[in-house]
Amino acid sequence: MEILLNGTRVAVQPGQTIMQAADSAGVHVPRLCNYPQLKPSGACRLCVVQVKGARGLVAACTTPVAEGMEIETDSPTVADARRDVLDLLVSNHPLDCFHCEACGDCALQDYAYQYGIKEGSYDGARRQVEVDDRNPFFRIDYEKCVLCGICVRMCDEVMGYGAIDFAGRGFTTLVSTPYGVSLDDSACVFCGNCVQGCPVGALVPKSQVGAARAWEMKKVRSVCPYCGVGCAIDVHVKGNRIIKIEGAESPANHTMTCVKGRFGWEFVHHEDRLLKPLVRRADAPRGAVGREWFEEATWDEALAAAAAGIARVRDGVGPDAVAGLSSAKASNEENYLFQKLLRAAVGTNNVDHCARL
Amino acid sequence: MTNSLDEIADANTILIIGSNTTESHPVASLRVKEAVRRGANLIVIDPRPIEVAEAATHWLQPLPGTNVAVLQGMMNHILTTDLWNMEFVDSRTEGFAEFVASLDGRTPEWAASVSGVDAGLIRAAAEAYATAERSTILYAMGVTQHSTGTDGVLTLANLAMLTGQIGRPGTGVNPLRGQNNVQGSSDMGALYDTLPGYRKVNDAAARTALAQAWGVADLPAQPGAAASELPDRIMAGEIRALYLMGENIALTDPDANHTRKALTRLEFLVVQDLFLTETAAFADVILPACSWAEKEGTFTNTERRVQRFYQALEPLGESRPDWQIIVELSARLGYPMPCASPQAIMAEIAATVPQYGGIAYERLGEAGLQWPCPTPDHPGTPILHREKFARGLGRFSAVTFRPSAELPDAEFPFVFTTGRSLYHYHSGSMTRRARPLAEHRPDAYAEMDPATGSAMGLQDGDLIRVTSRRGEVTVPVRLVPGTGSKVIFMPFHFREASANLLTNTVLDPVARIPELKVCAVRVEVAQA
Amino acid sequence: MAERRGRILIGAGTCGLAAGAGAVWAAAERALTDLGLPDTPVIGVGCIGYCQEEPLLDVELDGQRFTYRRVKPDQVKRIIEKHLAGGQPVTELLLGECVDAPNPYPTLPFYAPQNRVATRNCGFIDPTSLSDYEARGGYMALRNALAKPPHDIVEAVKASGLRGRGGAGFPTGRKWELAAKSPGPHKFLICNADEGDPGAFMDRSILEGDPHAVIEGMVIGAYAIGADEGYIYCRAEYPLALERLRDAIEQARQKGYLGNNILGTAHSFHLHLKEGAGAFVCGEETALMASIEGRRGMPRPRPPYPAQAGLFALPSNINNVETLAAIAPIIRNGADWYAAMGTAGSKGTKVFALTGQVNRTGLAEVPMGISIREIVYDIGGGIPNDRELKAVQIGGPSGGCLPASLLDLPVDYESLQREGAIMGSGGMVVVDETTCMVDFARFFMAFCARESCGKCTPCREGTTRMLEILTRICDGNGTMADLDRLERLAGNVKITSLCGLGQSAPNPVLSSLKHFRHEFEAHIRDRRCPAGVCKNLISYRIEADKCTGCVLCARNCPVEAITGEKRKAHVIDPEICIKCGACFDVCKFDAVIRG
Ligand SMILES: Cc1cc2nc3c(=O)[nH]c(=O)nc-3n(C[C@H](O)[C@H](O)[C@H](O)COP(=O)(O)O)c2cc1C
Ligand code: SF4
Ligand code: SF4
Ligand code: SF4
Repeated sequence: MEILLNGTRVAVQPGQTIMQAADSAGVHVPRLCNYPQLKPSGACRLCVVQVKGARGLVAACTTPVAEGMEIETDSPTVADARRDVLDLLVSNHPLDCFHCEACGDCALQDYAYQYGIKEGSYDGARRQVEVDDRNPFFRIDYEKCVLCGICVRMCDEVMGYGAIDFAGRGFTTLVSTPYGVSLDDSACVFCGNCVQGCPVGALVPKSQVGAARAWEMKKVRSVCPYCGVGCAIDVHVKGNRIIKIEGAESPANHTMTCVKGRFGWEFVHHEDRLLKPLVRRADAPRGAVGREWFEEATWDEALAAAAAGIARVRDGVGPDAVAGLSSAKASNEENYLFQKLLRAAVGTNNVDHCARL
Repeated sequence: MTNSLDEIADANTILIIGSNTTESHPVASLRVKEAVRRGANLIVIDPRPIEVAEAATHWLQPLPGTNVAVLQGMMNHILTTDLWNMEFVDSRTEGFAEFVASLDGRTPEWAASVSGVDAGLIRAAAEAYATAERSTILYAMGVTQHSTGTDGVLTLANLAMLTGQIGRPGTGVNPLRGQNNVQGSSDMGALYDTLPGYRKVNDAAARTALAQAWGVADLPAQPGAAASELPDRIMAGEIRALYLMGENIALTDPDANHTRKALTRLEFLVVQDLFLTETAAFADVILPACSWAEKEGTFTNTERRVQRFYQALEPLGESRPDWQIIVELSARLGYPMPCASPQAIMAEIAATVPQYGGIAYERLGEAGLQWPCPTPDHPGTPILHREKFARGLGRFSAVTFRPSAELPDAEFPFVFTTGRSLYHYHSGSMTRRARPLAEHRPDAYAEMDPATGSAMGLQDGDLIRVTSRRGEVTVPVRLVPGTGSKVIFMPFHFREASANLLTNTVLDPVARIPELKVCAVRVEVAQA
Repeated sequence: MAERRGRILIGAGTCGLAAGAGAVWAAAERALTDLGLPDTPVIGVGCIGYCQEEPLLDVELDGQRFTYRRVKPDQVKRIIEKHLAGGQPVTELLLGECVDAPNPYPTLPFYAPQNRVATRNCGFIDPTSLSDYEARGGYMALRNALAKPPHDIVEAVKASGLRGRGGAGFPTGRKWELAAKSPGPHKFLICNADEGDPGAFMDRSILEGDPHAVIEGMVIGAYAIGADEGYIYCRAEYPLALERLRDAIEQARQKGYLGNNILGTAHSFHLHLKEGAGAFVCGEETALMASIEGRRGMPRPRPPYPAQAGLFALPSNINNVETLAAIAPIIRNGADWYAAMGTAGSKGTKVFALTGQVNRTGLAEVPMGISIREIVYDIGGGIPNDRELKAVQIGGPSGGCLPASLLDLPVDYESLQREGAIMGSGGMVVVDETTCMVDFARFFMAFCARESCGKCTPCREGTTRMLEILTRICDGNGTMADLDRLERLAGNVKITSLCGLGQSAPNPVLSSLKHFRHEFEAHIRDRRCPAGVCKNLISYRIEADKCTGCVLCARNCPVEAITGEKRKAHVIDPEICIKCGACFDVCKFDAVIRG
């Protein structure tokens, strides 16, 4: 099947939307409310395009292609309408990009830049909402919300909780929990998938607030250290500190995470982290339990002591008097080396991990 | 898993047993929800009123420890109503006759009398599972952490083979692994009786091949001690030195008091960890390991997908990656390992572990690879047992239902069962040090049925004392409708109220997994 | 006193009741008892359309029908005594035209040009009585239809040329054809009775006055498209309509017109009544279906169209009340009969709610293609006080304003569309020179801004911005740049909005700008409101020459802004004046000037 896209013949698949067809042809149609994992909603109207013979403009995200369709994605009519829609959004948006976490990673900012909108030209009422800081995971600043509904649909279509929905009508429409209670008291499970989906700065992980913006962070691909689903994640780092974690695309999770994967990383920087090897003090009584019986050591000292203790039993009592427990949190490579150490260096099959617990 | 996570969404019937999927494997549960939205049947066999149970089309609520009976009742019904898959059984399996005999008398009514589940519901579930085009089974620790855990797993395999619900997309018997690399740890042979790649230690050929690769004369042929047996072996003086890498057995072992006693008996203990854990406090040497974010490597998830993770941070303080520490320690034990990097280690794994033969860092990309992946051009294996089972024909097992080792009695009238909560993980050493999680769910709790609770004059948040033959804990109570009048549930993440002070060490005879899911307790009102 | 064969009809629709029909009804019952005529039926009929003259009380006697207008309870006894019992009409209380001609309906100026199809029974039958409906041919069409293959019904409706009366005017037969082609076995037929347009009440009248007409249309439609389940989505603000529907559905069920195996055939249809959620946008079909499903009433993009995936994702067909009410007559009288009325592209009849500055207001069902002039002057009796007609607003908040110069425009889908109005649901507001077109456009915009569901950007944000600009202009703070921006924004909201609400919300503004731009410019350039409505732009002063110093104005001024000695010219202090216009209204010498 073929269409005429901005004057060029393009082959398309039946059933594709105009947006999908344009994407495959490398033509970007602006969008705020479209999200790969969600059903198209046609809310933001930035993706309007001109289709020959159609009344008005049509939304590229929801209109299927048809044989011979003639589409203009950036004709003067489209550009003017799109600029006006953007203008409307910007006119009802705080222009405090200077201290917004989303700066540099904000779809509204990008399109406003692209379409040359410095500030909204419609002066008049402005949405005014207090920042909702009530839950420990993310900050909600609905003054910045563009009502794309990604969060609402994420919670409904993907998560199945429907913790949030639109409330109110017209200009006063807002995303809200029922009766505006804190998410803490709602059906929310703090997966944070809504936060990741938010194209602007309305939903921001608290760990990022005042800490870093897009260009300052390096994004490192990783895998969640918790359960066996093995969600792919992107660890965002600034100055050897994790700033936030987001879901990444993998067949295991398709960019989704749960609360632990996304918000459960602070242990890495916890003050309890052991930063130096410790050895039991010489004067510690046998079986005494607790930090006070340890003193810091160099790696050489500690490794020598560890090796000596193991070797003493191996060589004195026999290899089977030594046992090791590996970890189901350690990597494949480490598990492999660990059992190799027990089997080859010690000479015992006393190796296990707590798979079963 | 025999199949892949994404396939769950395409199943017509999903049977979840012993898995609190939305809390323990949240992102896997999204596929379950997607399937249900598309109209799939959802059968949940679980004693607790968990979220998937409430979303289920069929919720079977057995007494803890009676899974096998329920499944046998289902299979009996499938046989008597001719809903089994004769073609599959004939061409792909063996041992059918003994298996059929083992179900003699295991009617839904019998299962009902043992488990407390309505016989009609057992029948309906059996039909929904057997007749769907694609039925999949998801299970987790609620099946395995029993003294009859192996029976449970074998029974699930029986059910899948009986109905031919295996070896095709959207089917299979799918364990959801608890920790992110349980699968990989097992694949790598961190098991007392198994070498890397699931070859038994008494497999001489495998031993010889590995010994050669590792440059040693021979490898031990006798199975070693399972983790669950360590405390007893230590108490018996057989094991004198212990090297723990990131395990906190003083908290996570059943009958943790017993384990703690054993730790003091050791001659030498090395603990390698991020924190000074309850277990590390007993150590002679503590080696500071760094977190996953400070190193690189691969994890293998529950669907056998080997995925890379990259180094995000420089190691904090003087902490080092576990693999480096092992290499150093090995050298000092007189066995230098020539491994310069995780990538090089993976190359050795590929050379020695058949299932990983085709796995190499360059190949893993964003999607990783699912083993078996025997050769460098193999695309990986999303679905196991397609044409044949690993051993050729699938073997039915004749299983006899056995009750749990410790059943309630007059002195300890409640069934005590443990599990996870969404916001915490395992011993809590990570999640309770993650501020948002700790803030959101700071405290331990025990769940109890509201009727039972109010009969004792209890309200949400009141303190109760839970006592088993092994220990006692004091913990605030949460009255959760549907819990079951004879059941107490506690998550095991909280050291100040450690559920594992109560649990039973009795092991499954084959898998040597302790019966964490069932023991008998007594409950009293505690003074604040 | 010998009892005579007669009965009393009282217009007891919501309009009638609001005008006091309840008390009239009670008075009638009382009078009949007092006069020893307790067996004379008093029937509360639906609205007959002549709302302006309500409460209406009709005396039917010996086959003749006389209509009493604006009846007060204390007049009832006299009417019954003299007329029903005595045979002598009380002429001074009769609707003027009835005096010489009983059975006036066919000839009354209000009714003569009408052609009542959808409203055929309204005001003539007892809406609570199924047998009344049957007596006038009710459910005959259903019997006819069930004897034919469903395909024939679809073809008949196609041939009739009937177009949806809910606003968009989509050909009903084509819609049914699409729904019929969608694969079953489970399909829905939905009746849209949300009627949210301010000023529209034709659907309410039909539901209250003839509920079975809608139900019969639905059963026939369900048969034609293969639907086995249906909903009537009726706004909660229509309690009487809901009650009538509830009762009528039950009656139809008991009589075998609804339920399994209707009239012994294989056709089954189960009908539910659903109360609306009270938002204008819930009348939009996709929002309506979301609302039935228990979700927030927000429109979603089409495709998929309801015929493909509608209510609960099953094939569905949705029609307006008036559309459905026209079905039975089409089946009974034939497609040709219906198609003979109207114009080439717009067949049949349409009900209009005639309101505003016109002598006779009410509901009128007229053939398509009739001119606006005929509706306003022949049916409506022209403009009161001999004022000038300025505009006719057709189609409510989605419609447009047409100037007096277009009075001869035929009322049909094509002509209205061409001139920037739309048929809409059929609201028709007549406007004279005392209405400010900017203010009028602002009224409709305020409605749309309030009712926007908030989902799509242009409608949510754009209607409020247009309202702000219109308000600025009315307040005298507008600029010519505002006018350009208003026009551009209106155009963009129209072409970019997700659903009909946003797509049509700019219509009142755009049509006013097209036909009355000079009024906007007067507000901006001259800071003047030609109609004298916009308070910020008017001032009152007293022309000394004309002022006789009668002090009437000073006495009526609520804020004592007027001073002056008796018999001397008075003055208004503009600082104090609140522009209420009281002085202007009371001055007998036209000395108060508004400008
Ligand atoms: C904002 C909005 C409000 C609407 N309200 C109504 C209504 O109250 N009643 C109605 O019948 N149609 C209403 N419609 C039109 C319906 O969407 C739909 O087109 C109609 O019910 C189809 O029936 P018909 O083909 O018989 O006209 C509305 C449309 C929009 C965009
Ligand atoms: S965090 Fe997850 S559960 Fe909570 S509102 Fe967002 S999507 Fe819904
Ligand atoms: S909070 Fe973010 S994701 Fe949600 S509607 Fe607003 S802008 Fe969209
Ligand atoms: S993000 Fe949640 S579901 Fe995913 S691997 Fe981590 S713990 Fe499991």
